[in-house]
Amino acid sequence: MKKNIIIKVCTGTGGIASGGEEVLSAFRDAVSSSGIKAIFNERCSAQKVGCRGFCAKDVLVDVIINGEKTTYKHIKQDMVQRIVDEHILNGKAVEEWTVGEDYHTFHDRQTKVVLSHCGEIDPEDINAYMAVGGYDAARKAVCSMTPKEIVDTVKNSNLRGRGGAGFPTGLKWELGMRIKSDIKYVICNGDEGDPGAFMDRSVMEGDPHSVIEGMIICAKATESGHGYIYVRAEYPLAVKRLQMAIDQCRENGFLGSNIFGSGFDFDLRIFQGAGAFVCGEATALMRSIEGKRGMPSPKLWRSAEKGLWDRPTVLNNVETFANIPRIIMNGAEWYSNLGTERSGGTKVFSLSGKVKNTGLIEVPFGTSLKKIIYDIGGGIEGGKAFKALQTGGPSGGCIPAESLEIEVDYESLAQAGSIMGSGGMVVLDETSCMVNTAKFFLEFTQAESCGKCTPCRIGTKRMLEILERITSGNGKEEDIDLLEELCRYIRAASLCGLGMTAPNPVLSTLRYFRDEYEAHIRDKRCPAAVCKDLITYSVVEELCTGCGACKRACPADAVRGTRKSPHRIDADACVKCGTCFDACKFKAIRKQ
Amino acid sequence: MVNLTIDGKKVRVRKLSTLLDAAGKLDIPIPTLCHHPALSPFGGCRLCLVEVNGSPKPVAACTTFAKEGMEVVTSNPRLEKMRRTTLELILSDHPQDCMVCERAGDCKLQELAYFYGIRENRFKGERRIYEKKDGNPFLVRDMEKCILCGKCVRICDEIQGVGAIDFAYRGMKTKICPPFERDLDCEFCGQCVSVCPTGALTGRMWANKGRQNFKEVDTICPYCGCGCNITLHIWRNKVRRVSSREDTPNEGWLCAKGRFGYSFINHRHRLKKPLIRIAPKEKDEGRGRKEEINPSSAPRPSAIFREASWDEALDYIAVRLKEVKEKHGQDAIGGLSSARCTNEENYLFQKFMRAVIGTNNIDHCARY
Amino acid sequence: MEETLQKILDDYKKNNGNIITILQDIEKNFGFIPEYAVNWISKKLDIPASRFFGCATFYSQFHLRHRGKNIVTVCRGTACHVKGSERLINRLLMELDIPRDEDTTADLKFTVEKVNCIGACGIAPVTILNNEVHGKITLDKLMKEIKKIKAGE
Repeated sequence: MKKNIIIKVCTGTGGIASGGEEVLSAFRDAVSSSGIKAIFNERCSAQKVGCRGFCAKDVLVDVIINGEKTTYKHIKQDMVQRIVDEHILNGKAVEEWTVGEDYHTFHDRQTKVVLSHCGEIDPEDINAYMAVGGYDAARKAVCSMTPKEIVDTVKNSNLRGRGGAGFPTGLKWELGMRIKSDIKYVICNGDEGDPGAFMDRSVMEGDPHSVIEGMIICAKATESGHGYIYVRAEYPLAVKRLQMAIDQCRENGFLGSNIFGSGFDFDLRIFQGAGAFVCGEATALMRSIEGKRGMPSPKLWRSAEKGLWDRPTVLNNVETFANIPRIIMNGAEWYSNLGTERSGGTKVFSLSGKVKNTGLIEVPFGTSLKKIIYDIGGGIEGGKAFKALQTGGPSGGCIPAESLEIEVDYESLAQAGSIMGSGGMVVLDETSCMVNTAKFFLEFTQAESCGKCTPCRIGTKRMLEILERITSGNGKEEDIDLLEELCRYIRAASLCGLGMTAPNPVLSTLRYFRDEYEAHIRDKRCPAAVCKDLITYSVVEELCTGCGACKRACPADAVRGTRKSPHRIDADACVKCGTCFDACKFKAIRKQ
Repeated sequence: MVNLTIDGKKVRVRKLSTLLDAAGKLDIPIPTLCHHPALSPFGGCRLCLVEVNGSPKPVAACTTFAKEGMEVVTSNPRLEKMRRTTLELILSDHPQDCMVCERAGDCKLQELAYFYGIRENRFKGERRIYEKKDGNPFLVRDMEKCILCGKCVRICDEIQGVGAIDFAYRGMKTKICPPFERDLDCEFCGQCVSVCPTGALTGRMWANKGRQNFKEVDTICPYCGCGCNITLHIWRNKVRRVSSREDTPNEGWLCAKGRFGYSFINHRHRLKKPLIRIAPKEKDEGRGRKEEINPSSAPRPSAIFREASWDEALDYIAVRLKEVKEKHGQDAIGGLSSARCTNEENYLFQKFMRAVIGTNNIDHCARY
Repeated sequence: MEETLQKILDDYKKNNGNIITILQDIEKNFGFIPEYAVNWISKKLDIPASRFFGCATFYSQFHLRHRGKNIVTVCRGTACHVKGSERLINRLLMELDIPRDEDTTADLKFTVEKVNCIGACGIAPVTILNNEVHGKITLDKLMKEIKKIKAGE
């Protein structure tokens, strides 16, 4: 019997952090060992693949024997030999290591368009991409479509910018197509700065060619000769894989001059960001590529007219570009049918926080939040109660339990006081304090403000000060009104999107969780027992066994007591670090 | 041309005019702090926000082009409240020391705070504190008073072409400073001082020399043939400060000499009468010995020169020129003219050298 | 130092770089942005040093001071925050005895840094220890790694 065996090892950032490289090389060693070579000849190979979205179970390994896939989870280097011995050589899967039902429901309930290649193909090999139809769309667009045909297809697909604002991509390209200039630019925005969002990283790491292909098609539609991919500094692996992909494209004649032999020239290069959230803003990003401080510039001109170096520029997000090849190949209608009337296609979300299945998910527009959290995400971790879903990163807001029926798209999230943003979804449970959460985001935007305009520079600082006051128990009754006024002011008066959306976390938590603010201000109490200044740690005497674990762990020597008798915590010495709470095995430390 | 309506008044402006330009044409005041007509648009202070039909959010008048049929509202309770909040925020991060500030009475921020009647500030909070002071000889840079309008950065870059300062850091920590926060070390044209809307940038030499009751005298800068228009600020018969108005041929721009080089006016060493040498000339006196001259041991000027009247001095020159010409020929005489003279004066001087003396030995200091 | 700088300058010319790429090269070669390097390049290129300083202080990737030999980066993204990265960083600073408002130990051995989000939210909380990403980290695990480094020196 002849067998074809393919072993796929996840080597995204998550996979590598969990030891993916070691697992891969262990498999490679095993595969190239003489025993296996003798049996399978060249028909057994171990590949690296991109992130498949379920990072919590990394390292994930697929063993595919004659097309039949078995997936293993939490694989470590020393587990490889047993898989080789039992599964590959004897055809008997190691049942106790395979993924459970949750892995399959997690994937089966998604609709994968952008992520369809992630975790399936070797991102470092252009042939793997071409084997699944890669660059067919680009060839078709460059060789046999007019710019207008491409633009119309994208327009009809109802694809909207995945960077967060949801501007129709087709319209943007049409503007770019209409404006005449000898030099035009296509920019891919890979400055995924929203904390809690990592879909762009996964696409760039797991399927870099689809992004490049999308950019080639865009270049043809707008007749641009130059492209940039702006990748943030924190994503070294994405840079490496994109660079490999670009080099392979040049070798194959897909980039450079006379691409696909069509006479059309297009080349692109990577620009590595240097660490500034605000560079996700289009004008700031262009200033950054120009080598300047990433301060947003006033929008006297649209980017399609005067963008990078004052030349017409079309800028789209990574995910947007990754959608393009599929739209060209499968047609606009197929894509628009996937989504809702207002937004076509699917959207990738990164689900994280206090949810069982954390990772990347892709669902069509119109899927309810409830389905995302409970059906795909598997519900709340540790049996705790759901409190809120934070979407859209620091520019977004928190959506409470009663709004979970919302069918997700740009407008519905905005109505709920949040935004789509780039698609981060962080689940918060009953142990999260909403005032603290708002403060966390404001700390972020405040630190990332470029400092150019008054509302953002000073306004967010003052908001943060008010929130600090509230969370430390010094809030005043009028602080809530002042906060609301500042929010509305900053939203209306700021220069760029960072400032305009900075108040969203505060506004949405004020809207749905006002009682928590009031508890902090009036009762000097943090209902979720998070805010350090408003909680005390004490020992529950009945539960304390006097084991001394807390005493040993306490960095401030605040725990007093003798062995085998209940301890107590000296409130004056306690620095409220929570070490004792974690150290106690008997739940005898109370936090309130 | 574009037609639009601002506060109900119709106006016709050139294409690519901003709303601020258009409002200016109608003489409708819109407060600004970061705008300067000669500099690139910035859009940072957010005071010039106006409402435009069809836009849900207010737009900055300084960075929005006028479009055909636009209806603009420059003032209503909502906009005024926002402007007030902006000012409150700026003032919450600004020292409250107008009493001793050099720019009091001539400060755009103070003026706006006055117009908006900001007595109480609802946004008290942490303020930037910069202990290190810039030790340069010409400018006082009090960055705690800086509102980050960026005019100094833009003028230094766009008008002066120097780029001695730039924005550094970000967020609340943003500050404008020379590289590595060293002391300013540039050509000290002081252009940045002239556009600063607050007391952040002032002249060291006019510090604490008076703020009000200046007599302002418009005159021409004597330093070079450019002839920049300057305004002397005089108090008690002394020049306390020099500035230049924007409606002059030099558009208000000055160089280091014009702006800061006025201390000679009341200097005790200033020459007010011609001097004729009385001490014999030492052979090796001159260029080579310059570094050895020690002011304390040098002979007093009165021991070398004596004062003379203009008539006497000119007669003396005429006699000596004639003598030299007769004895050594006309080409033994050379004339060196000065950039501080006007064009006409320079023309006359070369005419004098060529036609009267009869030599082509004529040159000008600006050639060196 | 000049030799390295000359190489950076040549690369800049060859690759059509800009201020940010130069600063990235300087940071890569020296571990921080020395004033001398900026002034040297600024003079060669006739670009005001203030531009370099402006960029070097704007982007968090650049550092103006020497950093520790080992860099511990704690992710402060939302998912990591929710999973307790704030406490992690506070306790780390305490364990390493790093003074308030500083980020580096007195002996220049360790620097503790925050990063906004490295996009590994699925395995939060995340730290990067000398370019190696560690997911689902706890203080104990982290201190074990740090002790390993200390012992290895």
